[in-house]
Amino acid sequence: MAAPDLNVVDLSKSYEGITAVDRVSFTVPSGSFFSILGPSGCGKTTLLRMLAGFISPDSGDIRIGGQSVLGLPPNRRPINMVFQHLALFPNMTVAENVAYGLRRRGVSKAEIEQRVQKMLNRVSLPDAGPKRIDQLSGGQKQRIAIARCLVLEPALLLLDEPLGALDLKLREHMKVELKLLQAEIGTTFVYITHDQSEALVMSDRVAVMNKGRLEQVGTPQELYYNPETPFVASFVGVSNRFACQVLGQNNGEVALKTREGLTVYAAAQKNGSAVSGTASVFVRPEAVLITRDRASVAALRNQAEAKVTNILFDGANSSAILEVTADVSLTVALPQDGRMSLLKVGETVHVGWRSDATLCFAETISA
Amino acid sequence: MIQAMNPATPGGKLTFWLLFAPAMLWLIALIIAPHLQLFAISFREPSAGGQTSLGLNNYSEFFIEPLYWRTFARTAIMSIVTTILTAVIGLPVAYYIAKLTRGYSKSILFVACLLPFWVSELVRTLGWMILLRETGVLSGFLQAIGVIDHPIEFLYNDATVIVGLVYTSMLFMVVPLINGFESLEDSLIEAGYDLGGNIFSVTRDIIIPHVMPGLVSGCIVVFMLSLGNYATPTLLGGKNSLWFTEQIYAQFITRFNWEQGAAFGFLLLVLSSAIIWLGLRLTGQRLVDVVR
Repeated sequence: MAAPDLNVVDLSKSYEGITAVDRVSFTVPSGSFFSILGPSGCGKTTLLRMLAGFISPDSGDIRIGGQSVLGLPPNRRPINMVFQHLALFPNMTVAENVAYGLRRRGVSKAEIEQRVQKMLNRVSLPDAGPKRIDQLSGGQKQRIAIARCLVLEPALLLLDEPLGALDLKLREHMKVELKLLQAEIGTTFVYITHDQSEALVMSDRVAVMNKGRLEQVGTPQELYYNPETPFVASFVGVSNRFACQVLGQNNGEVALKTREGLTVYAAAQKNGSAVSGTASVFVRPEAVLITRDRASVAALRNQAEAKVTNILFDGANSSAILEVTADVSLTVALPQDGRMSLLKVGETVHVGWRSDATLCFAETISA
Repeated sequence: MIQAMNPATPGGKLTFWLLFAPAMLWLIALIIAPHLQLFAISFREPSAGGQTSLGLNNYSEFFIEPLYWRTFARTAIMSIVTTILTAVIGLPVAYYIAKLTRGYSKSILFVACLLPFWVSELVRTLGWMILLRETGVLSGFLQAIGVIDHPIEFLYNDATVIVGLVYTSMLFMVVPLINGFESLEDSLIEAGYDLGGNIFSVTRDIIIPHVMPGLVSGCIVVFMLSLGNYATPTLLGGKNSLWFTEQIYAQFITRFNWEQGAAFGFLLLVLSSAIIWLGLRLTGQRLVDVVR
């Protein structure tokens, strides 16, 4: 892969003493799809607006291809942005919207026409040119907003939660479409979102942001299977979380006990550091095996008897909420082979899960 | 109750007319009826022996006598200049109030625009006279700092009339513009910059088209107010600055020629409407969008 396209170095910004972005550093290789994932108010919008040039950072640097762009105003940065509400110009036609940036650059009329048409073909809206913006559907507007930026061939495209306003079906569809479009065009995308599914589905790499800092940067798989902080473990994907007291640690395994006396075995920290005191334990719903006969879970490190308190039927994503002890309630994904389709509320079942699918983090005040 | 309010039902129709009646009465009794009366008067021609006949003499008089149509042309041109100046000053003022200020300071600035209108127009105009007359504040100040060596009369010229009219009209331009700017999403302006625009192209391509309906409605109000103004041009312009409303006043009050005055009144209405229609055509706006 070519030289790193975007380098963010120790970027900070605070407003009246409140730190919005706190010494954030990351590198986005050219041509990749990079997402910044975080809850609202975590500073991701501030970060994006600094990249676009609408906000200047207090300290740190933003480099593209090794060159700092801090001195450049937004209209001269090789960065374009797809706004949250798209910000298509309502007084212009679709073609005029797409041509806007080219006209500003003084490209000749004939070339503008040709490049706009090529771009409209690329986003599969070849006939949309003469239409007004309000004649487009939500998904079409989306594509035009992206086309308007991509026609300028930016080094970097920023996307500020552009799928937020769409309904669920269209959002699912656009996720796939955006990923395909990015792969086809090869422009570097930096996408910010609070929706973990958007980030996981589309991105090559994801940075999880919380309270102005990056918690972890990695591939979606790394974030999902090997979260480094309790925040990432709870924010990315669904997790069962319960508080435990650490009993001891040996052979890469930590033994813990909940307040009600359930013993849980979890994987030791990757970096080898010992966990002590109170800890949070995380188990993914799909990591838990649910069965009616005890023998099936006998080989698993963690096992328990549980009572079904609720069943959430959602097709392939169906799950059951079980009560193991008074302080441990488990959400468990139901197997898709129909074995548990007759499960009833109030039934007693057996659950089991492996210790290496169980994560524990020492309790910190902020987590 | 909802049923009764629905104009589609018979009971709803009655409710609608009852609610509409006061406005209708006001419109008929105070606007339409007197205008019809004046319209009728404007065709009356006094002739020998106290007899009257009907004809278009009162109207043709306007086109035959140069003083009259020249005064009208002058009034129209100065009103257009006033309108343009008001728009040029009003745009940045409204932009500042709508986009760059928040909360308390926004209210203060808005009230500052409104404040002059708590005083009668006559008093406001007299205030300008205190400032601008030969022995006034401005002349005195310029003498004191040595810019001029003898008193200068700033009153009684066209520029002074326009200054007074712009001042009087500002609020009516600023209010619709503030509404226009407030409905303009900041992200549209940012997108303009992000895609390579600068302050001029963003203003021309994004901001002005968005506030155009507000701007045009402001312009219509300011133009009509200036054209029909009486106190400001009379007091600030004096004898040197004839205004068409003064001609109407003179016909009604000084010459007691109601027939001629009524004809002038209708000419003012028709000609100013024609100018506004032309303005709308030139800017490509539709009246329905502007008054919305």
